[in-house]
Amino acid sequence: MTDKLHIKLTVNGQEEEFLAEPRELLIYTLRERLNITGPHIGCETSHCGACTITMDGKSVKACTVFIGQANGADVTTIEGMGGPDALHPLQSAFKEHHGLQCGYCTPGMITRAAKLLEENPSPTEEDIRFGMSGNLCRCTGYQNIVKSILAAAAEMNAAKEAAE
Amino acid sequence: MNDMTPDREERKSSLKGMGSSRKRVEDARFTQGKGNYVDDIKLDGMLSGDFVRSPYAHARVVDINTEAALKVPGVLAVLTAKDLEPLGLHWMPTLAGDKQMVLADGKVLFQGQEVAFVIAKDRFAAADGIEAVEVEYEELPVLTDPFEALKSDVVLREDLDPTADGAHGPRKHHNHIFTWEAGEKDATEQVLAEADVVAEEMIYYHRTHPCPLETCGCVASMDKVNGKLTLWGTFQAPHAIRTVVSLISGIEEHNIRVISPDIGGGFGNKVGAYAGYVCSVVASIVTGQPVKWIEDRMDNLMTTAFARDYWMQGKISATKDGKITGLWCHTTADHGGFDACADPTKFPAGFMNICTGSYDIPTAYLAVDGVYTNKAPGGVAYRCSFRVTEAAYFIERMVEVLAIELNMDAAELRRINFIKKDQFPYNSALGWEYDSGDYHTAWDKALKAVNYDDLRKEQSARVAAFQRGETRKLLGIGLTHFTEIVGAGPVKNCDILGLGMFDSCEIRIHPTGSAIARLGTISQGQGHATTFAQILATEIGLPADSITIEEGDTDTAPYGLGTYGSRSTPVAGAATAMAGRKIRAKAQMIAAYLLEVHDDDVEFDVDRFVVKGAPERFKTMKDIAFASYNQAIPGLEPGLEAVSYYDPPNMTYPFGAYICVMELDVDTGEHEIRQFYALDDCGTRINPMIIEGQVHGGLTEALAIAMGQEIAYDEMGNVKTGTLMDFFLPTAWETPHYTTDHTTTPSPHHPIGAKGVGESPNVGGVPAFSNAVHDAFRAFGLRQAHMPHDHWRVWKIANDLGLHG
Amino acid sequence: MIPAPFSYHRPSALTDAIAILSKHGDDARVMAGGHSLIPMMKLRMADIPHLIDLQDIPNLSDISVEGSRVRMGAMVTQAQVIADQGLAHAAPLLKEAALQIADPQVRYMGTVGGNVANGDPANDMPGLMQCLDASFTLVGPNGTRAVNARAFYEAAYMTAREDEEVLTEISFDAHAAGYAYEKQKRKIGDYATAASAVLLSKDGGRCSSASIAMTNLSDTPIFSEAASAALIGTQLDDAAIKQAVTAALGDIDPTEDNRGPVAFKMHVAGVILTRAIQRAWSRA
Repeated sequence: MTDKLHIKLTVNGQEEEFLAEPRELLIYTLRERLNITGPHIGCETSHCGACTITMDGKSVKACTVFIGQANGADVTTIEGMGGPDALHPLQSAFKEHHGLQCGYCTPGMITRAAKLLEENPSPTEEDIRFGMSGNLCRCTGYQNIVKSILAAAAEMNAAKEAAE
Repeated sequence: MNDMTPDREERKSSLKGMGSSRKRVEDARFTQGKGNYVDDIKLDGMLSGDFVRSPYAHARVVDINTEAALKVPGVLAVLTAKDLEPLGLHWMPTLAGDKQMVLADGKVLFQGQEVAFVIAKDRFAAADGIEAVEVEYEELPVLTDPFEALKSDVVLREDLDPTADGAHGPRKHHNHIFTWEAGEKDATEQVLAEADVVAEEMIYYHRTHPCPLETCGCVASMDKVNGKLTLWGTFQAPHAIRTVVSLISGIEEHNIRVISPDIGGGFGNKVGAYAGYVCSVVASIVTGQPVKWIEDRMDNLMTTAFARDYWMQGKISATKDGKITGLWCHTTADHGGFDACADPTKFPAGFMNICTGSYDIPTAYLAVDGVYTNKAPGGVAYRCSFRVTEAAYFIERMVEVLAIELNMDAAELRRINFIKKDQFPYNSALGWEYDSGDYHTAWDKALKAVNYDDLRKEQSARVAAFQRGETRKLLGIGLTHFTEIVGAGPVKNCDILGLGMFDSCEIRIHPTGSAIARLGTISQGQGHATTFAQILATEIGLPADSITIEEGDTDTAPYGLGTYGSRSTPVAGAATAMAGRKIRAKAQMIAAYLLEVHDDDVEFDVDRFVVKGAPERFKTMKDIAFASYNQAIPGLEPGLEAVSYYDPPNMTYPFGAYICVMELDVDTGEHEIRQFYALDDCGTRINPMIIEGQVHGGLTEALAIAMGQEIAYDEMGNVKTGTLMDFFLPTAWETPHYTTDHTTTPSPHHPIGAKGVGESPNVGGVPAFSNAVHDAFRAFGLRQAHMPHDHWRVWKIANDLGLHG
Repeated sequence: MIPAPFSYHRPSALTDAIAILSKHGDDARVMAGGHSLIPMMKLRMADIPHLIDLQDIPNLSDISVEGSRVRMGAMVTQAQVIADQGLAHAAPLLKEAALQIADPQVRYMGTVGGNVANGDPANDMPGLMQCLDASFTLVGPNGTRAVNARAFYEAAYMTAREDEEVLTEISFDAHAAGYAYEKQKRKIGDYATAASAVLLSKDGGRCSSASIAMTNLSDTPIFSEAASAALIGTQLDDAAIKQAVTAALGDIDPTEDNRGPVAFKMHVAGVILTRAIQRAWSRA
């Protein structure tokens, strides 16, 4: 039996501390240990992106990170992006523009889209399709996802302008 | 008189009833990460179960040694067929009248087949336990070609008596499953023999897999104190699963509660019962604790129900002017190791006999031979109604081949053969009564929208340029006019394991004017909670926002056959409308009582009943709801509730016209979709926003299937495409922008005229993409090239045609 | 989906990492971004009792451009490569290639060192580094040495790196103006069906230097000396390009897989290389 690691990390603004086996993947830490079930598992070969979270300012597939690598990290999942009292513009836009159907890819999709808009606040459709190419969807055919992200970008830019 | 009464249009639009692009109520939880999928479920003391799987496609299982596995920390038990045998559960019935091993019983028949089930305290221990189980195999010869299988001495199903009939009649060979026929054999052969022109071709629709983003799984929890089993799972047909589990376990149905929570996509993959469900139930009974099984993606692709794998030999005859006179089809259907096809019982080849498509073909014959091979069992209807994708692909390819034979434009050939609007209801030569259609209008609209004539001119110019060496890119125009058949189905001929394929809706109106309705279907992303409330809003005049729709819990939902094959709107949607009308009928009586007039003196007006000729005298549905709880009305029971079990009189027949414009690089085999136009006619349109989303999604699944997605095997039966590295799922980058359009030809027999649409884009999409590839090379002599049209296969078309000279 | 148990180390000094490697031999492996290693471990196709995470080791994530000398620490991510202005200016070939590797999430974690070190013939950076004539710095218990990318790859997953050495830095001289990384793939995120890295210099209308490497067409990346030579001194007319292509095709040895049969790969390799040469020349 291998020694457990002493882990401290921040998830959605909350500090978590626990002992974990080295082979615990971050996706299991989130889903099983911390009951954060927004990020999902859709494959075991790091292709589908359903597990996408933001870690230390990067879009990362949580299924491809061992918990030791995430020690000391700052992690945000869909749950940390907005809720019933205050939705992130992407969460509203996805509903407004039918950017989801079964919802399984949605947490990863929105989490990644948020980071994409930080990288590029005014993306073209092509930028969005390229920037979201690490997140698979089987239901929507992506068209309304692109529409949702464009709408959210417009709203966020307008809000920024208004604030200035 | 109330001057502030909003007018009818305002009242209607505030209901967000049928026709409204109402935003989805499901989205709140999904966009906030608060969905509840099977793997989100955590119960106290829950254990984890997973499978030891066979690396071989065909082998005897000589010995299973679980000693080392049982010593792995956290492993509690390892089940094998020997453990399930006393319970009679080592085999289970399939939906196609066959039986299937739950755990390997003496041999294995496909790579990945379940051999043992390890039960452990968590998934980490289960994963370690699996590695420690030692299985001794003795390899047997592998059959991966269905034509070879029908000639081979190698016996796959040693459990079947080769001399006895199968579930669907006599078997011709030990690896043969069934023969199913429709139409007129002799008459068709006669027509073909006498025809001016006959085009013959083998059309192969390759094996693929529905691959929803969420894999299959379940949590089984046997409550030994109360004797009740609760089973959460990825079930597209929860009631059917409950009945099946009851039949095979001996636990009475009232002591079984099956719950389909949120499901991350189904597409047909989650209709049938899998070994994982059975083993989890047994494990829970044996350990007395809840047991969770969630499969990996590789498990899903390699062992759960595949789709398609139909070899369709076709002959189509016509006059020299292009009028089709006959159609002949013989299909060899590869079902893998067990026939686990999810079809209505009497249709072992599903609705393949829709293969006369949109065309008025007077004489036709279809024969299907099912075959066992060393591949995963199945197949299922992957975003289609049973075998409809195969049928549509077949006819849309045969029409193209005929066009080549006649040297005719394929759009024109279609037009002169369409069933005419006034021919509906139309009785096809293979036995279906098509409800309604207006193919000419749809076709003309589509051709106009893409400037078809200009495209053909551009294509000719491109061919010339190619021949002059000025370009290495060809242009293909992929045409499809499909007619499909959904909404299974009338109880008299449609049943799943004896359960008639009706569906149901139960509505209860609350005193303060909101409501809850429960259905026998289950959404896996189709938005039922949003759209079925819209049907009711229109039927009963309460706002959709005030109506909760629930599905999926067999303790509370009325019995239904679930959601697949685009049956929810045609069947449950009809039940919903009918139940709504029962509510309205009672509401009418209550209104009349309250208004002190005769029942016939009030009429329904959007959200109220008004006195005929005195519209200032009315009672809203809200008023009526309260009254039903408040008033003692002679002759009426209190409350306002209704239930409808709807047995559809017929299937419904959505149709569409799709056109795909594609560029192909002759040297690399790469493709680029320049334009995709999809016109769908699904009858009455409940929520245009959702319809559009369904079309986008179905077209993308079609793109994947046509352009690269496959479940491929090598000659040893090893799966070559078992991960998402090789199993093609397009990203947003590979997916084009789609233009959607519609016509509306209601179904005459459906209460709201709706036909269903979810699967049309996959049915019509695949031939559109595939025909585009074929069309690009038509000028160079191509007749037929099998899908998928991935880079190397497109390259090979060009290579074989000498275009790399 | 769940790897076998292992011991996890996260040293904060290179010497400690090397010590662990020395202690455990081939039971120990270093991990950069983990996006090659972790998928293999999850499928239990790689069993690594001692995993050494390099992320806390200082000075492995820097990019420096001094004159024409470019140096990148092994832990530099693909995302950093894409974002770095200095690199984009000095060696735009790198950014062009990095944008064609994997997907956005993988690029945030995947490193240049990880991509070049493990000898996976499908990776994009090895051939690229051979084209750039890069040098890999290896640090081990016996000191530091440099191995040229062109001499580094021996066979699939077999490189010149000793088990106890750590690849810490990649460096090269950036001169050539004409560049192109051309990659055919089945979809975004896939490895190459065929890929080609080309660097060209033009002097007085003629090719004064050429460097051509091919990816995922053999069990190692292939730097084609002959193909490079075929272009030098020419004006890159069709005949010269055809010669270069013929030479490159003679140096590769693709195998059949799900991407296609050998004949297809050979043909596509030629097409990809031709396009890369033409594009590089247009920029030279």
